[in-house]
Amino acid sequence: MMRSITRLGVAAVAAALLALPAQAQDKPKELKIGIATFLSGPASVFGVPAKAAAEMIAEDLNKKGGIGGVPVSVSFIDEGAGGEALVSNYRRMVQDEKVDVTFAAISSGSCGQIAPLAEDLKMLNLMWDCGASSILEAKKYRYNFRSQANGTPEMLAVLVYLLKTKPDFKTIAVVNQDYAWGRESWEIFSTALKVMKPDVKVVAELFPKFGAPDFSTEVSRLLALKPDVVLTTSWGGDLDTLVRQAGQRGLLQQSAFVLGIGESSMQRLGKDLPDGLIIGARGDHWFLHPEMKNDAAFKAFNEAFKAKTGSWPIYSVYHMQQAFSAYQGAVEKALKANGGKWPTREQVIDAAEGLEFKGWGRGVSLRPEDHQGLESQLVGVSKTAPGYDFKVLDDMMIFEPKSITTPAGMKSVDWLKTLSPDFVKMNVPTFKHGG
Amino acid sequence: MDSTIVILAICDGISYAALVFLVSVGLSLIFGVLRIVNVAHGSLYAYGAYMAATLSLLVAPISPWLTFPALLVASVLVGAIVGGLMERFLLRPVYHLEEVLQLLITFAVFMIMDNLQRMIWGVQPIFAAEPVKLLPNISILGVNYTSYQVLLLPLVAVITLFGLRYFLRYTLAGSIIMAVTEDREAATAIGIDARRVFLITFIIGASLAALGGALASPTTSLVPGMGTDMIVLSFAVAATAGLGQIEGAAVTALMIGLARAFIIYIQPELEVLVPYLIMMLVLLIRPMGLFGVNRVRKI
Repeated sequence: MMRSITRLGVAAVAAALLALPAQAQDKPKELKIGIATFLSGPASVFGVPAKAAAEMIAEDLNKKGGIGGVPVSVSFIDEGAGGEALVSNYRRMVQDEKVDVTFAAISSGSCGQIAPLAEDLKMLNLMWDCGASSILEAKKYRYNFRSQANGTPEMLAVLVYLLKTKPDFKTIAVVNQDYAWGRESWEIFSTALKVMKPDVKVVAELFPKFGAPDFSTEVSRLLALKPDVVLTTSWGGDLDTLVRQAGQRGLLQQSAFVLGIGESSMQRLGKDLPDGLIIGARGDHWFLHPEMKNDAAFKAFNEAFKAKTGSWPIYSVYHMQQAFSAYQGAVEKALKANGGKWPTREQVIDAAEGLEFKGWGRGVSLRPEDHQGLESQLVGVSKTAPGYDFKVLDDMMIFEPKSITTPAGMKSVDWLKTLSPDFVKMNVPTFKHGG
Repeated sequence: MDSTIVILAICDGISYAALVFLVSVGLSLIFGVLRIVNVAHGSLYAYGAYMAATLSLLVAPISPWLTFPALLVASVLVGAIVGGLMERFLLRPVYHLEEVLQLLITFAVFMIMDNLQRMIWGVQPIFAAEPVKLLPNISILGVNYTSYQVLLLPLVAVITLFGLRYFLRYTLAGSIIMAVTEDREAATAIGIDARRVFLITFIIGASLAALGGALASPTTSLVPGMGTDMIVLSFAVAATAGLGQIEGAAVTALMIGLARAFIIYIQPELEVLVPYLIMMLVLLIRPMGLFGVNRVRKI
């Protein structure tokens, strides 16, 4: 009899212990957010402003009571340290610092390394800036989400804008950095171009070395070839150098230039950027966003960022905001679903699937099937505007994500091949600067 | 290949070769005299560029033409101050160590200087294009070139080459440097202060690297890590020419510059490979480099 009672007691305690995590998670004293960003190397042009943004956002969140009443803290690891060091630091951040969520990373290479690791560690990871569409198309993850779009809608929006505004071009050349993004973005762009405007001839495909200090020969070759359109998805110092060298020698005036992700260089290029260049923004990111520019909170954020860093926010700053909004949204949704009790990580992940949240643009949603973020895309042309010592965006089109994002379960290149010239006829509203 | 492409590629190649020569000749000179492979040479290039941009942005509002002397002043400042301090306090104590240790130490200096550069100038690209804008464009076969790149840079490179030759062969200071290079012990025995010669040589070499950076600064964005690329390329040039070979560095820089330009017109995929392909082929056939010779005077 005594033995039976003992067995019953042990079983009851064991059952209670097993059930504990699912029923009641103690409200933590702090939510630790571990962020992988570039603090060194060329991509620090995105990473350092994003770090400044993360610190600002966390401080602001804490002033408002944190997430679900819990203050947040942020810590950073440097993607610039590269492969093995990044993986070790990520593991340390998860296992030693015991962060509650990670935002990783900027580079698609980093995301490719970290996503499987986050999965192994059962760590909620928001891929906050990396653009390779293949990451979520090749494998289904539970713990990884992407809180912004990917390269496919980003390039497709730029291409549709080009075809809508300059429909008669016959030749095109590309000058992209020789690494994953440069190659993948061209594959997306050229695949879609072939089906939407098959008569266009590609006259040069130039992939200068990543970080090349000189594009003189490329510029000479393009001046000699005289393509109607020159596309570049380069960024950072490479893009600045290319645009300036091309401008100094008249190439920007000879061919129509398309800067696939040029928004991030506009302030640095200043008056060296001529009017009329087509510019993409990796999302609907623009500090003078036509639908947000009068929003008091948006304006306050932009001005605070300018005061802190000396520059207006660029897209990586807004992507960081989206990661925070996504995490906050998921935790608060899970809290509500859990009847106000603090949710487990698994419950937060369940809540993140299909989550709709808002950054500093139109709303974003996390597609439940593959955890891909559906985000609008803003594309415009450069224009001189009073009050700014750099060019601003004009004739902006904002593309709805559902029409330009690869459907769940399909590979981007396969989907792009199913499109037709009629795809360009989609109705997209246009916004004037200051309008 | 049509003649237009040949002429355009020659113009592009010469302009690129001029910058590469200025940096690699400094590396070669330092090796020729001090027998030290200075990995931190790339940092001197980057510091020259950043310093030139800083001074240019400072003096441009007074008169844009002052940006030209600013480039020269920046090179001398970086060469004398950064180069001088580097030689005196970091390299001098390690001259007696094994070459591999010296290499590691200069690599450490390179890493430290790279981080310092980020602290001083930040991570955002900097651009100071005033000198390029001041000079007119010239049209070659209907293609616009900046005269800064196709005329001024090659001109500075040629002046440097002949100036250096003259200095080393026909001046007393140059002869002293040659004497130390030839036989340090014998030179010291006749009263030459070898340590001072090392310092002066290092400052000249460092100033040349900084001059390369300063002259590049109006044409390119200054970004973290810019020194890394240049040091790798300079090593390729110096090794292909034969370490310590000044005229060799000029010929090799020209060879690599032209080959790179032609390949961009013909097969752009191979652009990155070209300098290293040339280096590999040359070293397989002549391990001491194109102009290197065993046990003879190196400069």
